[in-house]
Parts: sequence; structure tokens; C-alpha cells
Amino acid sequence: MAYFSQQLINAITLGAIYGLIAIGYTMVYGIIGMINFAHGEIFMIGAFLALIGFMICTMLGIGSAPVAILLVLLMAMAFTAVYGWAIERVAYRPLRGSFRLAPLISAIGMSVTLQNYVQLAQGARPKPGGQIISGGYNLFSADGFDVRVTWLQIIIVVVTVVLMAGFTWLIARTPLGRQQRACEQDMKMAALLGVNVDRTISLTFVMGAALAAVAGMLFLMYYGVIDFFIGFLAGIKAFTAAVLGGIGSLPGAMLGGLLIGLIEVFWAGYFSSEYKDVAVFGILVLVLIFRPTGLLGKPEIEKV
Amino acid sequence: MTTAARLPFMLKDAALTAFVSAALGIFIIGFHTVDVSGKGLVFDYWFEDLAVAVIVIFFGRLGLSMAAGGRRWPALVLGVALGVAGASPLRLPSTFLHWFIVIAAVLIIVRAIWPWVDVELARMRHSTHGVAAGRAGAKWFGAILLVAAAIMPLMPFADQKTMDLAVLILTYVMLGWGLNIVVGLAGLLDLGYVAFYAVGAYSYALLSTQWGLSFWVVLPIAGMMAATFGVLLGFPVLRLRGDYLAIVTLGFGEIIRLVILNWVDLTNGPAGIGGIPGPTLWGAVFAETAPPGKQTFAEMMGIPFTGNQRLVFLYYIILVLALITNFFTQRIRRLPVGRAWEALREDETACRALGINPTNTKLTAFAIGAMFAGFAGSFFAAKQRFISPESFVFIESAIILAIVVLGGMGSQIGVVLASVLLIGLPEWFRDLGGYRMLAFGMAMVLIMVFRPRGLIAHREPSVRLHPVGSKT
Repeated sequence: MAYFSQQLINAITLGAIYGLIAIGYTMVYGIIGMINFAHGEIFMIGAFLALIGFMICTMLGIGSAPVAILLVLLMAMAFTAVYGWAIERVAYRPLRGSFRLAPLISAIGMSVTLQNYVQLAQGARPKPGGQIISGGYNLFSADGFDVRVTWLQIIIVVVTVVLMAGFTWLIARTPLGRQQRACEQDMKMAALLGVNVDRTISLTFVMGAALAAVAGMLFLMYYGVIDFFIGFLAGIKAFTAAVLGGIGSLPGAMLGGLLIGLIEVFWAGYFSSEYKDVAVFGILVLVLIFRPTGLLGKPEIEKV
Repeated sequence: MTTAARLPFMLKDAALTAFVSAALGIFIIGFHTVDVSGKGLVFDYWFEDLAVAVIVIFFGRLGLSMAAGGRRWPALVLGVALGVAGASPLRLPSTFLHWFIVIAAVLIIVRAIWPWVDVELARMRHSTHGVAAGRAGAKWFGAILLVAAAIMPLMPFADQKTMDLAVLILTYVMLGWGLNIVVGLAGLLDLGYVAFYAVGAYSYALLSTQWGLSFWVVLPIAGMMAATFGVLLGFPVLRLRGDYLAIVTLGFGEIIRLVILNWVDLTNGPAGIGGIPGPTLWGAVFAETAPPGKQTFAEMMGIPFTGNQRLVFLYYIILVLALITNFFTQRIRRLPVGRAWEALREDETACRALGINPTNTKLTAFAIGAMFAGFAGSFFAAKQRFISPESFVFIESAIILAIVVLGGMGSQIGVVLASVLLIGLPEWFRDLGGYRMLAFGMAMVLIMVFRPRGLIAHREPSVRLHPVGSKT
């Protein structure tokens, strides 16, 4: 029981991080129908920016953890958003309306480029850092085993929930969200009605990148070490989460992230940690075969 | 003159680009982190590099937009000036920046003279003479290339390094041709192709080291194994739409790699399998000394042993294997199943209406593509004599896919060109080191942006309603 509860807490934390990345996939897929393969790399860049930000904070002598976290969060979100914007502008916008596979291939190229760019600029060795919060709270003890939730885990879940609520409100209630949903349904018609389609798509990428940056920062704080390759696996898992929840659906991405976190942690905890990624990929395959629209997705009607 | 061609606008645009680049680079490049033992992670500032790069980007963007806006001469002057600056012994923080400047200069110059080249090319292409020449060229180009490939090992420049590279390129040509069946003809985006390559490689490695089977016996078995995996993996997922299929195949590729990595009893896990015997010719081995009961090729032929013999032999094996792949593809395109693949690629709904079973048709393409990957895989194992899961990572799939797509999907000769470009050139410039893959990724993006249909975009239709030259 104690072991189970502990695993559950860890799984929810991990799921929150996946969910944040998955939102970026789901929003981009919803609006232009492409898999932004470079999104995992955006997450990785967010993590690196957070690492550098924390180091700068230490250098400037900012000792208070909440202040440092807030500053680094804003800095990482802002600069990762520039990456999201630039990638869309350089690699995807010229290909809009091109044949189906072109943006995907361009995205793979972008992913390779970004990975190697960070490897060249920051080195290939794993970088430790970002562990500025320690301590936690013992929930209960059972079977001689303390069930513990760390402050960091609480922060991760709270930040995720707040951002989720914020973005759901943004999509559902603001003019920007309305424009996004309009573009999602019919880009041409939206353009005719005065929606600036290019700007809306750019903003979608910017928002997705900002959320990925948050995920990157939380990942860095949670694991304490990053390298240039973390984006690949995290990206695929987050994509799986987006598909599992129903691609194009914001709550679906969160639910999917949570489920992927649960599967991964419990598989590693109860079966074998070597095959935990196999389990995640297996789930992806099963979902796509039996319910391609995901748990919360709407069925897509193919038109000729 | 349009707004985009006015100088103040261009300056503003270039400044904006430079500003965005600075924002992109300021932390990731400017604050380079290094591990110092005892002190942990510390900064090593690279602001000078960043500043130079941003200035170059400003002028580069300015030059490109001038060229695009019709101001060719100023653009040319700017390009040449940048080129001189890059080639001069200017003291820059790193040699990479020299290259960066020179590349920017070349881009501007090419962009500036491109309209002239384009006009000339178009004129040539549209004259009757040009069309005839193009058709004859396409016909003969393949033949010339084939003859060149066949006599390549006999040339004086074919030393060990060259042969090694040639074998590598041909391996990718074969993989590209195999994947072309899946992606180019059937239009199925497969991001896990390397999984079948791995199946072939491990089939040969295990069967030869465990049971002592020879290369020629295992080759068809490896192909069958890979094809079986293709069917097993393909069957449940082939009803999915394009990009979903891509991700599922990627997932399968990773699953197979992870299983190989973790199933230590069978595959020896991350340590890999070594001591794999090479292919033999009528039982003769290619080595300085033969194992007991066998003779070496040099003994059999009564010639002195050289290290190159083995490579030349491998070269001819992979050449023949690749040509078989190509020949098979050319032939099967004319069979009903090949026609069905291409029809499926163009319009699945229409195919369904015409009574083609999409799942089965796709499955044949998937299995046949996988089979060729299996052949190539067992060749790879025989060539390397050592395999480990590290050779079968996702980036390999991406490279093979890039070869197919950059060559122009469905174009056979395009695959050859793209392999030489993407494998040959980077191998030749080994000392580029880490910049190699960076350039590779950028090339993928740039070619997609400027030539989304690939280098050889034109594809002869397999069927013509009215054959060329016939009076209609």
C-alpha cells in the first residue's frame, strides 16, 4: 500500500510534465494538422535555458528559491517561445499547403538541427544543476516505509494545474482562443472573416513552446541532470500522451500525460524498468489501432 | 518597386532577423557551460562568437533579400565582400565562424545569379532540342553510372578509404531503394525502417556465430525474417492515416531496438555481437590466414594477399544486391500490385471504390521493403563483423528517409544522388565533426523548403495513356 501510494505520487508528477509537453503537440496538430516533431527539442532547449538561468541567478546572488524560480521560469518561457516562433517561421510556414509529408520531414530535419546545435553550443556531457528545492512532507508510514511527497512534487503539480486552467480559459474565453478554434475548423474561412491566420498559428507555436519550457524547467529541477538528447524520448512520450488523450483536445493531452506517467512508473515499479519505454510505445500502438481518435478526441470524417 | 524591394524595408527586415538570432543565441551560445572538476558547472562566455554570427546573419539576410528583390549587383558585391572577409586571415574566435561567413557569402552569390541560371535552364528545357537531350540523358545517365560503378574498384584511385566509403554509400543506396518501395511507391511514411535492417543484421549475426551458417545461406533467411516482421508489425497498423502511421512505425523501431538492447541472453545486449564471419566466395574466406579446413581467396586464385580484396568483394556483393533491389522495383511497378501501390498513394478512397484491398496492398509493400532492409542488414553485419544496438538508432531511419525524400520520392536515380550527397560528402569531410549532423539537419529543412518534391522532382509516369511519339 505504501509502495503503491509512493509510486502514485511519482507517477502524477511525471504525468504532469508529460502533459505540459503534450499540450504543445496537441495544439499544433489541432491547428495545422502536422506533428511538430521538433517539439521535444523545444522542451530540451527550455531545460537548458532553465539550467543557465539558475546558474545566472546563483552568480547574481539571488538566494531566495521562489524568486529564482519565478525569474528563471519567465526567462525560459520567453526565450523558448522565440525558438518556437522561429522554427515555425523558418521550417513550417513556407511548407504550408505543400504535400502531406513535407512538413513532417522538415520537422525531423529541424529536430536533428536543434539537437546538434545544443550539443555544439553546450557540449555533449550531461549537465547537473537546478536542484534548488529540497525537503518534503511525510504523508504517512506503513509497512515500515515512509510515503513522502516532496515540495518540488507539489510545486510541479500546482504549476501544471494552474497553467492548464489558464490555457483552458485562454482557448475557451479570449478572442485569441476564438481565432485559434476558428483556424482549426476552417483556415480559409477564418482568413476571409478577418482572422490573421499566420499570426494565430505563430502564437500557437509560441504558447506550445512556452509550456514546453515550463516542462523543461520542472524536468531539470526534478531530475537534476539534463543533456542534449532528453528531447527525443520525452517528445515521443508526450506525443503518445497527446494521441492517447485524443489529439487536438487540451484536457485530453493532460489526461494522456497522466496516464503515460502512470503506465511508465507502475511498469517500472512492478515489472521491469528496462522495458518501461517498450510499454509506453506498446500503449501508443494499441491506442492507435483500437481507438485512433483517443480517449477524448472527436472522430474525424474523411472527405473526398 | 514593391515594398519588399525598398532598401529601408530590407534593412529593417535584416535587423529584425539579426535581433531574433541574437535572442535565440544569447543564452544557449553566449553562456557556454563547461564542467570544471572541483568547481562543478561554470560559464565560459562565447559572446564574441555570437556577436560575429549575428552580424553575419544581418548582412546575409540583407544580401538575400536584395537578391530576391531584384537588386542583383549590390547583392553580388555584398556576397563577394563577405566571402573575402570570411577567407581573409581575420582573427575570429573560432574557425567555424570563417566557414559560417563563407557559406553565407556563397548562398548570397548563388541567390543573386540564380535568376540568370534559371532563365537559361528554362530555355534549354523548353526547346525541342533540350527535351530530346533530356530524355536521352535520363536514359543514358543510369547506364553510364552503372558502368562507372562496375569498374570503380579497378581504378587506381580505389584505395582502402575510397572502397570503404563506396561500400557505405552503396549500402545506403540499397536501403534507400528498399524504402522507396514503401515511401515512394506506396506512399507509406515509415520512420522505423531501421528496425528491419536490425532484424536482418541480428539474424545473420546470430545464425552465423551460433550455428555456423554461411552468409549465402543466411541471406535469404534474413530477408524472410525481416519480411515476417514487416507483416507482423504492419498488419495491425496499416489502416492508420499517414502521420499516425509514421509515429507508430517509429514506436516499433524503438521497441525492436529496446528489446535487442535488453534481451541480453539472446543478443548480448549493449555489448553487441562480435566475431561475425565475413562472406565467402565458393568457400574461400577473405583474410590473411584461413581457419582450419578452409582456404583463403588469395590461395585459391594463386595471387598475393592484399587487404583491399575483401573490400572489393564486399563492394561487388552490395552492388549486386542493390541492383537486384532496383531491378525488382522497376519490374514490380509494371505488375498489378505495383500499379496498385502507386494508385493507393494517390488516392486511397478511389482505390477502395475500385476494389483494391488497401490493407493487403500496403502490407505487400511493407513486407517487400522490409525484406530488402533485411538483406542489407545481413550484409552490414557481415561487413562490420561486429554489431550492437547503437547502429540501429532512430537517426539511421531518419537518414534513410531523408535520402528517399531528398532524392525525390519514387525516383531511383534520385536515391543514388542523395546517398552520395548525404553519406559521401559528410564522410569525406569527417573533420567537420559535430557540424556534420548540424549541416545534415539544416540540409533536410532547406531542401524541403526550396524543393519540397526532392532533387529529382520529375518522375516519369509508369503508365501513359498515349505513349510518347504516338499520334493521337
